[in-house]
Amino acid sequence: MNKNRIVLAHGDGGRLSRNLIEEIFAKAFANPELAPLADSALLALTGKRIAFTTDSYTVKPIFFPESDIGKLAVFGTVNDLSVMGARPLYLSCGFILEEGLEIEVLKRIVDSMKSASEMVGVKLVTGDTKVVEKGSADKIFINTSGIGELLNWRTMGKAPEPGDEILISGTIGEHGIAVLCARGELELKIPVKSDCAPVWELVSMLYQEKVNVKWMRDPTRGGVATCLNELVLGQGFGVMIGEDKIPVLDSVDSACEILGLDPLYLANEGKILCLVKKGEAERAREIMRKSQLGKKAEIIGEVISEPAGKVLVRTKVGGTRVLGMLAGAPLPRIC
Amino acid sequence: MRVMKFLEEFRDLDLAKKLAQKIRETARKDKITLMEVCGTHTMAIHKFGIRGLLPENIRLISGPGCPVCVTPNQYLDRAISFSFKENVLVTTFGDMLRVPGSSMSLELARAQGGKVKMVYSPLEALKLARENPEIKVVFLAVGFETTSPGICVTVAQAEKEKLKNFLVLVGHKLIPPAMEALVKDKRIGVNGFICPAHVSTIIGLAPYQFLARDYGIPCVVAGFEPLDILQGIWMLVEMIEAGEAKVKNQYQRVARESGNKNAQRLLEKFFEPVDSEWRGLGVIPKSGYKLKEEFSHREAEKMIPVKVEETREHKGCRCGEVLQGLIEPKDCPLYGKVCTPESPVGPCMVSSEGSCSAYYKYVGI
Repeated sequence: MNKNRIVLAHGDGGRLSRNLIEEIFAKAFANPELAPLADSALLALTGKRIAFTTDSYTVKPIFFPESDIGKLAVFGTVNDLSVMGARPLYLSCGFILEEGLEIEVLKRIVDSMKSASEMVGVKLVTGDTKVVEKGSADKIFINTSGIGELLNWRTMGKAPEPGDEILISGTIGEHGIAVLCARGELELKIPVKSDCAPVWELVSMLYQEKVNVKWMRDPTRGGVATCLNELVLGQGFGVMIGEDKIPVLDSVDSACEILGLDPLYLANEGKILCLVKKGEAERAREIMRKSQLGKKAEIIGEVISEPAGKVLVRTKVGGTRVLGMLAGAPLPRIC
Repeated sequence: MRVMKFLEEFRDLDLAKKLAQKIRETARKDKITLMEVCGTHTMAIHKFGIRGLLPENIRLISGPGCPVCVTPNQYLDRAISFSFKENVLVTTFGDMLRVPGSSMSLELARAQGGKVKMVYSPLEALKLARENPEIKVVFLAVGFETTSPGICVTVAQAEKEKLKNFLVLVGHKLIPPAMEALVKDKRIGVNGFICPAHVSTIIGLAPYQFLARDYGIPCVVAGFEPLDILQGIWMLVEMIEAGEAKVKNQYQRVARESGNKNAQRLLEKFFEPVDSEWRGLGVIPKSGYKLKEEFSHREAEKMIPVKVEETREHKGCRCGEVLQGLIEPKDCPLYGKVCTPESPVGPCMVSSEGSCSAYYKYVGI
């Protein structure tokens, strides 16, 4: 048996399982709540309301420029809590490992999760590992659930009104392009790194400065376009954004041109999209720009009364078009 | 030195406004109908909101320039039959996967055990043939003059390596004969053509001359960026108002008057023009390609005998009329109701270059 690889016995609850937990997981994530390695972690919560979320990570490839599935599994869930206005506190973590995975690879991922959780100050307090036969999973799948303490942010959830403004915390589309290129199928070498990062700092800065934020999202799968469509769907207002206002790196723009993609539909993993009360956008932008992650923050659009339920884009040449939900998987074009 | 990025320079708001103003000043006739033949133009026009910049007397209609859209059901049905044949792998560009044939799409065929693989280039299909000598790899060679030279290169390479198991199902089409068919149809009433950018980089300007000379229709080869399109429209409107019919080139930075000679030589060496069926337009004389006799051992149709189901058209689908510019997507009763990008009935809704798909994406229901 190859000692350097995951075998089915690593998931059967016996000695090998115990070793794996103690040697890799408990060591990396050491904290008092996890230490007993009991059936549940016991937590003390001070806030009156909590936010609770879960997400599964199956990204392929598992390592991509500047990031990996582990970092994504921590920041992804932490960001889901953050944009709801909740301070991330605890994470659970479920691993599904494919038989034959190199233990070195698992260690690299766990180390990456450790530094990611330390960076945000979130504790990984409970976990689970399963091993499936070779071919039944693709190397490693990770599920993380997170608990956060809800801030007392009174404007959050208030109804948007015409004139309210929309901001994005930085350039869009990097994660989507980085992962697409890392797959290697396109034989494109584009120097784009994933933007995978925790947005909590940005969120807490806006909170501390008492910005009237009514709505906030983390534009991951489906990108900015999908989030904005979710905002207006079935509502009595619409949104107008300016194409020239949206920050996009030249490299991402070029990749999109070649591949026929639209950066507005590409995934981001370290950005916030938020809607603030009319007149507060410039202040919000300056606050975001004080953080490293928000240096390229921009005001990209506003809430409009008509047409309701739609997202419109003012194009760079002065035309207008509808920005719909992503319809069907984007396929490479043929001529 | 200023670095040209070839993107932002062609999306300048002030220049766009000036061009739009010029067009408004020039266009005096009550109704000017211009057809953009190419699907990429259709996409760009919607994406950049070009129609909104034009005066009301200029009508833009979309033509048959989406290769996936004009590929008839029969071709798809044959490809699907191949996929169920033992030791045959069908390889295709992504756009073709979801196009409904008579009874199913290639994607559905795959779900039912058909062997279909999406590739990004014909050379990738050739690689599969090289790595799997025990199976026949069929590449679905669909596309206009832009795509066909790439197939020539791949076939040449297969010949050189003596890879007998690499075959192509040729569905290539030629643009100028289709434009002639459209001009002859009096219902359409085209006053000017925006000619495809990349097709023209291959074939040059000469193949459009007959449209100006014999039919009096002005043609402008235009690039795909918003300023290209606006300038192309302005050039057409100027000719129409002056009663002039010439073939002009707006896309001089890429398309040469004589086209790409190397590519033309390849096309001549490997292909011969044949009568070909276009969805919606019927059979157009000398509007398609087949491999020349000496390369006919690469023709999947000849080398793999299969039974192909009887062709059936989709009830209510008006893709044919959309492709001829006779109706707009929203005029089709299926549009946005039973025919959506998630569940397409006709090919114009599938392809990223299709009129219905462009309309759905950028205009909405």
